Amino acid sequence: MIFNAPDIAWAQLTPVLFPLGAAVIGVLVEAFAPRAARRPTQLALSLLALLGSIVSVGLLWPDVRDTGGTEVLGGSMLVDGPTLVLQAVIALLALLAVLIAADRTSTGEDAFAPQAASVPGSGYEESARRAGLQQTEVFPLMLFATGGMMIFPATGDLLTLFVALEVLSLPLYLLTGMARRRRLLSQEASMKYFLLGAFASALLLFGIVLLYGYSGSLRYSDIAAAVTTTTGMDGLLLVGALLVLIGLLFKVGAVPFHSWTPDVYQGAPTPITGFMAACTKVAAFGALLRVFYTVLPGMRWDLEPMMWTVAIATMVVGTVIALVQTDVKRVLAYSSIAHAGFVLTGVIALAQSGITAVLFYLLAYGAATVGAFGIVSLVRERATAEVPEAARASLGVAVAAGVLPAGSDTTTGADPVDDADAPVLGEATDLSQWAGLGRTHPVLATTFALFLLSFAGIPLTAGFTGKFAVFSAAVDGGAWPLALIGVLASAAAAFFYVRLIVLMFFTSPQGGPLSDADADATTRPRTVVVVSQGYAVAAIAVCAVLTVLLGVLPGPVLDAIAEVAVFLP
Amino acid sequence: MSLTHYLVLSGILFSIGAATVLLRRNAIIVFMGVELMLNASNLALVTFSRLHGNLTGQVMAFFVMVVAAAEVVVGLAIIVSIFRTRKSASVDDINLLKS
Repeated sequence: MIFNAPDIAWAQLTPVLFPLGAAVIGVLVEAFAPRAARRPTQLALSLLALLGSIVSVGLLWPDVRDTGGTEVLGGSMLVDGPTLVLQAVIALLALLAVLIAADRTSTGEDAFAPQAASVPGSGYEESARRAGLQQTEVFPLMLFATGGMMIFPATGDLLTLFVALEVLSLPLYLLTGMARRRRLLSQEASMKYFLLGAFASALLLFGIVLLYGYSGSLRYSDIAAAVTTTTGMDGLLLVGALLVLIGLLFKVGAVPFHSWTPDVYQGAPTPITGFMAACTKVAAFGALLRVFYTVLPGMRWDLEPMMWTVAIATMVVGTVIALVQTDVKRVLAYSSIAHAGFVLTGVIALAQSGITAVLFYLLAYGAATVGAFGIVSLVRERATAEVPEAARASLGVAVAAGVLPAGSDTTTGADPVDDADAPVLGEATDLSQWAGLGRTHPVLATTFALFLLSFAGIPLTAGFTGKFAVFSAAVDGGAWPLALIGVLASAAAAFFYVRLIVLMFFTSPQGGPLSDADADATTRPRTVVVVSQGYAVAAIAVCAVLTVLLGVLPGPVLDAIAEVAVFLP
Repeated sequence: MSLTHYLVLSGILFSIGAATVLLRRNAIIVFMGVELMLNASNLALVTFSRLHGNLTGQVMAFFVMVVAAAEVVVGLAIIVSIFRTRKSASVDDINLLKS
């Protein structure tokens, strides 16, 4: 028996090899490097790997533009135009997210638990905190997730799709549970995300099995061919396609598979929330686009009722529930659900312009999301009175556990003292705590307002261009009712973005229109903005520049994407 | 025995697994339901592989086993850390995050 070595086109794989290779090296660094050297090494390694990814996408670009792309690894991965665009977007957003996650701010502590294995509130946790321990494993985990995300939209068969889904999900489950503060919430979010995510991937797997049973192959092109030729097993095909779509829609966070989104976004460490919200969505929509455009176009009429229902429900539910949220991370979570609905209209369009529109929308949405969560991670609350050292550490836990109502103080009855030395606690996520931020920190609040306007789709921001492109693609594809509902939902959504802006700029910090803030405004922890080490500010600045540039001058980017936006069959 | 019987068995196992996930309250049991769903898929993969006369399904089954093992590692780590904090693995007790 002769063993034929497979022919592997390494050059086409470099964008993926960079983060995955660096992640493996990062694990070795964790094992062998001295503790003091780990953080700088990991950070440099992660940034270089992601930069390398972006550069190699740039080097592959001219070739793919001219030839339309190639199959690599025997057709398991397809390096074509949409793949390159998505990989570049994911690498860029991951780079920004890593910068935000790396920022230790003026408090000297990052967003992650000193020892994720320690029990919240225990002496072990406290001693780990005092010793200044930190989980630098965060960086390799983020790189593994990024690698999986970059493979996910490039897959050419269902086996790779499943493996990539797990490679991107498993690190995210862990990262979700690693928050430094409010650890009970964080662990709870992690468990919910894990159980629901594992359930969804089991459904996806069974869908893959049924499609394999139907067509006898896992390859996208073979399945697409079988859809038009094979007869008599429509049940297998239909159920299989539905289950695969459900698995992908879960990752996207579309209604009715969205229930994990707000909880996980709220509980996860904020830099990770930004990473998840942006990069996972880009990757999942990439995979959904490819499956929808290359595997299942023959089933268009069978799947349309379901996809239309999901898209409409996603837009409406995301918008309506966001209106009544009082936590800024939950507002952004529901807004991301609504955005998933807007992108779905472009996916359903099944028109050539839909691919370009979705790819552009994902870039615009991702930039604003990473930036917005970066800003949330800088706005903190400060204890209002002298809190004993031991209580300081457990305060976050106690609030999280519901022992104390959020915002109350451990030393009840003591007068609140605005003490500059009081410890800075977790993020001030309650909306009332954001009141008046525009007066005290105008630059930060203005940048946040810019991201919100982009979410709302106000002209001259990237969000407007994205929404316009997606909705016009939907009209091109004959899905004008979806575009109409999308426009109406955007108008309703603008209300809560503007409400947040009004809260920041036109409301005094002592309360105001928000009634629940009046009663305990004086006992509430003061809102402070911690000073970034520079990483987070740089990342937020890049996001802001992208948001403005893509809004004012979208032409070159749209043209560049449109040039390559053709899927390999 | 016809190969269809294996497919029916796989479907039954998958349904039991899904029902376990949706109905049971202990996180470990829920997780076992997920594992049952994965293994039901494996059975169907191998059966289809035999039906179609190619090895793709069997190769996929091996990948699923590896993925399931990795999932166990991550899942049990999360469940154990929650259990050590709260002395409970019930999914009803984790209800701090609410809208």
